[in-house]
Formats: sequence, C-alpha cells, structure tokens
Amino acid sequence: MAEESGSGRGYLAERGWRSWAFTMDHKRIGVMYLYTTIAFFFIGGIFALLLRLELLSPQAKYFSDHTYNVFFTLHGAMMIFLFIIPAIPSGLGNFFIPLHIGAKDVAFPRINLASYWVFVAGFLVVIASLVSPMDTGWTFYTPYSAKTGAAVATLSFGIFLIGMSSILTGLNFIVTIHKLRAPGMTWYRLPLFIWGMYSTSIIQVVATPVVGVTFLLLAMERLLGVAFFDPAKGGDPVLFQHFFWFYSHPVVYVMILPAMGIISEVIPVFSRKPIFGYKAIAYSSLAIAFIGFLVWGHHMFTSGMSPLANAIFSFLTFFVAVPTAVKVFNWIATLYKGSITFESPMLYALTFIFLFAVGGLTGPFLGALATNVQLHDTYFVVAHFHYTMMGGTVMGFFAGLHYWFPKMTGKMLNEKIARIAWALVFIGFNVTFFTMFIVGVKGMPRRYAEYLPKFHVENVISTIGSAILAVGIAVMFLNFLQGLRKGPPAPGNPWRALSLEWQTPSPPDTENFHENPVVTDWPYGYGKPKGPTA
Amino acid sequence: MGKISAFGAASSQAGRVDAVFLMILVIGIFFFLLTQGMLIYFAVKYRRRRPDRDNETLQITGNHLLEFFWILIPSIVVVIIFYYGWRVYTDQRIPVAGATEVYVNARQWMYEIKYPDGRTAINEIRVPAGKPVKFILSASDVLHGFYLPDFRVKMDMIPGRVTTLWVQPDRPGSYQIFCTVYCGTGHSNMMARLIVMPPREYAEWAAHREEEGGEGKEHEPLAVRGERVVKNAGCLNCHAIGGAVKVGPDWKGLFGSNVPLEGGKTVIADEDYLRESIVDPGAKVVKGFPNVMPTYKTTLSKEDIDAVVAYLKTLR
Repeated sequence: MAEESGSGRGYLAERGWRSWAFTMDHKRIGVMYLYTTIAFFFIGGIFALLLRLELLSPQAKYFSDHTYNVFFTLHGAMMIFLFIIPAIPSGLGNFFIPLHIGAKDVAFPRINLASYWVFVAGFLVVIASLVSPMDTGWTFYTPYSAKTGAAVATLSFGIFLIGMSSILTGLNFIVTIHKLRAPGMTWYRLPLFIWGMYSTSIIQVVATPVVGVTFLLLAMERLLGVAFFDPAKGGDPVLFQHFFWFYSHPVVYVMILPAMGIISEVIPVFSRKPIFGYKAIAYSSLAIAFIGFLVWGHHMFTSGMSPLANAIFSFLTFFVAVPTAVKVFNWIATLYKGSITFESPMLYALTFIFLFAVGGLTGPFLGALATNVQLHDTYFVVAHFHYTMMGGTVMGFFAGLHYWFPKMTGKMLNEKIARIAWALVFIGFNVTFFTMFIVGVKGMPRRYAEYLPKFHVENVISTIGSAILAVGIAVMFLNFLQGLRKGPPAPGNPWRALSLEWQTPSPPDTENFHENPVVTDWPYGYGKPKGPTA
Repeated sequence: MGKISAFGAASSQAGRVDAVFLMILVIGIFFFLLTQGMLIYFAVKYRRRRPDRDNETLQITGNHLLEFFWILIPSIVVVIIFYYGWRVYTDQRIPVAGATEVYVNARQWMYEIKYPDGRTAINEIRVPAGKPVKFILSASDVLHGFYLPDFRVKMDMIPGRVTTLWVQPDRPGSYQIFCTVYCGTGHSNMMARLIVMPPREYAEWAAHREEEGGEGKEHEPLAVRGERVVKNAGCLNCHAIGGAVKVGPDWKGLFGSNVPLEGGKTVIADEDYLRESIVDPGAKVVKGFPNVMPTYKTTLSKEDIDAVVAYLKTLR
C-alpha cells in the first residue's frame, strides 16, 4: 500500500460546483457536511458572544430582553440541531467510516447525497423562520411555544427535515458497517470510532422519529388548534416534556459517542500503545446508547412527577456513569508506559479527558434528587453541559479535525500555531465555564437577560473567558485555512497509525483503496516487535 | 445525611441538601484528582524521550481484574450517592402536619399570592418562622418556576395542575424567589420575596389585616368562598359533606385520604387530585361510583376552584 502522497489531489481532483453538488463520493459529502456544520458553529458562537456581552452588566444594556431571549434560543437550537448532532457523525463519519472498514463507499451513496440536501433544505426552512425569530429556548416547552408569536411551526418543520436527514444517515451507516467490511475486518477488529458511530446510528434511527412526531404535534396544535399540550383545551404541557426528552436525552449520546470514538483512535496512536480494554470500550458505547433511552425523566424532577418516578429515573441515570467511567479509566490506562508525544490531536484528546471529567463528575450533583432540585435550571446546569458537550464533544471534534486534516486535505498544519490556539482554547474554556458552576451554586437561574448584582463578578469573569476562547478558536481555524492553502504536502501516514485510512495516499483517491484491503489484525497493534517503524 | 450549616442555608432541610452536595463534592474531587493526576503523571513520565525507541512500548491490551474493579467501584459509589440524594429528597417532599398554607399562582410575569383567610398580595409572601409552610402552586398561562435558593428547593408551576412545595423556615429574614422555567420576555424580572417573620410579629400582622389598605372587609376566607361556590354550583345535589351516600362520594375526611379507584388503583386525595376531579371528573373515577359528573372546567373560574379545594380541606 502506498505510503507517500499518490496521485496528488486524489478525490479532490475534479473541480467545479457540479462535481460537489451531485457527488456520491462519501468523502466529498463528508467535506460538504463539515463546511456546512462549521459555518453553523461560527454563527452559533457569535450568538454566544453576544449573550456574554449583554451579561457584562446586570441590567439590559445592549439588547432588549426579548432580543436576548431570541439570541439564546438561536444559540442553543443552532449549536444542537445544526452543529453538534451532525458535525461528527455526518461530517467525519461520512468521510471515515468507509475508509476505516476498507469499503469503497457507504452502502447507499444516493441516499447519502439526499440526506445532505435534506439537511440543507431543513436549514433553509430554519432561516425562513427568522422572519419572526424564536424566543422559546431550544427546548420549545409548551404551552409557551404554542402561544408565542414566533414562527414555531416553520422552525418545527425545519427541525423535522433535519431529523429526517439524521435518520437517513444513521440507516446508511448501520448497513454500511454490517455489510461492507473488508475481508478479515471482524467486529473485534473494527476501530473504536466505528463502534461509537454504530451506537450513535442506532440512537438516531430509534429516537429521531420521536422528535419528528413531537414537532408535528406542536405544529398541529399551532396551525390546526388540536390540543395536545394546551391545558386550557384539555391537553397536558408536561406531556411535551416527556416526548421532547425521550428524544433529546438519548441524543446527547449521539453527540458524545462519536467524539469518544475519536479519542479512542487518537490516544493509542500518540502513545504508541494498544488501546487498553478494547472490548470494554466497544461494549460501553452500546451500553451508554441503551441506558440513554431510560433516563429522560431526569430533566423533569421538578415538573411535578411522582416522587417514585423521580427516584427510578434518578437511579437509572446513575448507571450511565459506569460505562462512561470505564472509558475514561481505559484511556488513562492506555497512556501507562507509552511513548507519548503531544501533537495537536493528542493535546485536544487529553483536553477532552480532562474537561469531560469535570463535566462527568458534576453529573452526580444533577442525578441525585436532593441536589438536582436545588441546581436544576440554574447556571450549574449550563456549566455542566458545556463541559460535557463543548469540553467533550467539541474538543473531540477538534482532535478529529487536527488528526485527520492531512488525510482529508493532503496538507500538513502548522503545529506551532495549532498549539498556541489550543492553549487559548483551554484557558478560555475553563475561565468561561468553571465560573458558571460557582454562580449556579449561588443560585443564578439560567436564561436570564438581567440578573441580581450579587452575580456580577462571576459574569464579568465568564465573559472575559469567552473572549479568550473565541480568539483561540479563530486562531485554530485561521491555521486550518492557512494549511489548506499553503500547508506542505502530507504523507500518507504522518502519524504512523495502523488503521486502514492511513494506508492510502493523502488525500485518498475517489475509490479509496487501489486494491481491496485484507485485514489480518486489529488496528491497535503498537508495541509489537514487527510494528511499523519511523 | 446529617445537616450542615453553610452557604446561607435558611432551614434544616437546606442544611441536609448541602450535606449531600458536600458529599458528592468530596467524592468528585477525589476521583478528579485520582484520574487527572494519573493522566498528567503518565503524560509527563512516559513522554517520548528517545524517538528511535518509540515502538518499544508494552503490548498491554487489558487487564480483566483491574477492569472488574473499575466497574464495581463506580457502581457502588453511584448507588451511595443515589441513596442519599433520594432520602433527603423524599424527606423534604413528605407533608408536615400543621403547615401554614399559601396559594401561589404564577402568570406572565408575577406571582399572585392568596392566603386561606382571603388576604392577597403580589410578589410578597409572609410566613411565620419555625413553622412548616406549604406552597400550593399553579399557573394561569405558561410554565413558571418557584425557586427558593436559600432553601435549596424549587418546583415548576404548571397550567392545569397543582404542585406543592414544603419548607420550614428557621430564621426570620427576607428570601429571594426566582422564576426558573423560561416563560417569555419578562422571565428574568419575575421575582418575589419570602418574608419570614418572628411568630409574634406574624400573628400581629395577620390579625391586623383589616386595617391594611382599608379593603379588609372585602376579604373573604378562601374556604368560605368555596362553600358558597359549592352551594351555588349544585355540588351538594350529588355529594354529601358527612354521613350520607349520594350519587357521588362523601366529602368528609376526603382530603388527604387514600381513595380507591375503578380498576384497582388508589390515589391520594391531594390538591391536584381534587382539582382534576373538578375539571376532568372521568380521569380517576372512585370505585363504586358511576362516571356521571360533568366537567366544571368552564363553569368555575380558577379562583373558584382554588376556593373549593380550600373548602374541601376543611371537611376533616
């Protein structure tokens, strides 16, 4: 197999917009998803900065309360539905699943292309809803969402489409992983990224229809006056919360499992060590996906559910912690007696473990009933899910972007600038979000445009942190742009990894592999006497 | 968990919540230092020193005994945390006898307060110290929250439902109430205060209500209004208030009792059940009675229903 850069531009050789818009190459579709979702990440990030700007002062200063409410709704809805759910699965997943398992493409290339354009259509509908922007928060709780003047039905339809795209992608991946593995690629030789993606795809296929139906019911309530959720007409507002979280809780694992898969790839490569406890990591992904369906009620401990139901949901919630802890222990054990280097993918992978540990260990405060009742709907929750979702998933995404950049583009990054960006991101992140734990314990509720003066200092610190974080992310992406334009050519396997995607030229050709690969070992055989040499 | 006094805790319940918080904090810091300490130690100790020997790492692929223990230990730890979190929560949900009752209704963007004796207020609740308080919570438009940070408790306020919350304020003072469930434009300005008064001052304040604002004569105790509503609405044609069996269940001793339902289940007759039986009588039909009562959802206002509930509670 080719070690050095082969035909030069590989799958990127063809030019012109048609070669992208009508492509059925999973790699191009993956790249289109990446560009699209990263654009939403920037838009969502700008909303976040506007929120932090407003929170510099206790009183509304720059925007009205209503504008603030629109901003936090758009920040949340865009980050969740348009960035963090699709970015890793549809972007990096599309690109790397076939390469990882030694396939030429996904099982249904046309459906894959269709799912991208359905996603874009969904986004256009979301844009159309901005004529009367949403002010409900990303959770759309009824009865407010059934009454507000915002274009809730339009936005619901947009999210319905985006959900459909997500189901199509999930189905495609499940079939691909089952049917298109190269000869010798048994289940226990799959890279752990594939196990993460497989678990994620199951959740997408099972849970996403529920959110589709939920938004359909909400749209029917608004447009046709059918009362599902409006108590004045005999509906039940809490029913919406059950529906919503039955989807939206499992979906946090759609967000995190692929990122955990990336970490499981990066840590062994940069430690030159086999992954520790392969099967435990693989099965824990499935366990997290399964338990994730049983715990939605922990978002609703103060919604008047019976104390018994609360106790059961609390108990089950704690058992998500166990497979999650197993993964973290295994990653750390992988480092033991390794030969560790700290290129930017590894820095982000270690940052993932560090920040995700903070996010994970603040979970029990919210899983335990007594402290949940205290902390629910305060900034403590905001801090907790930013540590898991941004400190976890987004750091995993950044690790993946840095790790696979040479493969995707055929260019190397400037490592020095990448590290400067990392340092800014790490510092900025912690200053921004750790402060929110403190102000949350002090009692500041979330979604407040204005707040009591006693919360002022924390909010100022947090806003300063957000500025540092923003600069770090800007430097990172300027580095990506610079690498794309002027980076030195990347060798086929710059990190000397063992998984299949690195055994092709950078960037890979349209057909992925010159000859069909035959797999004889798992991808983590570092430390073996005849392992690869420098 | 025993209680601790810290962070401005304003009741013994708050101290117990703080104890759970502190327990989880200590466990969390322990595991954080353990795992991240190892992460940093390994990263420094095993950093690549000799580029030419980088493939001479150990081929360790797992260790079943180690993995067994790091599944077992977190499992035990989370069960312990669950248990204390649940115990303290359950204790604070259990009704306490002799509570002062306050009806609180939320709407965009204020809290409307009603006392059983008919006094009303906006955004200011006065209660005596040293005695349990029961908040009976409802909402007229959208979801709202009722959060008492100094007491470490909150409860959602839900249109079409009645929820309750108990606290026992130990120390006189003025405490913040926040709305925590996003409710639209004015959400962050929807606040109220809980004023805990020394018992004697409270008694004086409650007794002198007639002099306040000169409209005391208009105040009618909620239960009195409820009795009037019950008579006017024809409820007593079917329900007895002591002794007789009519078409519907007897009301005497109903509140707080365990009601057997058609189908074998039982339900505790709390405020929410009484309200539901008025607006949706078919939802939980009492065993042995026909499902014939019409809904009073459009007949009675929300205030009337509150009043009827207050009246039913007097029929002990």
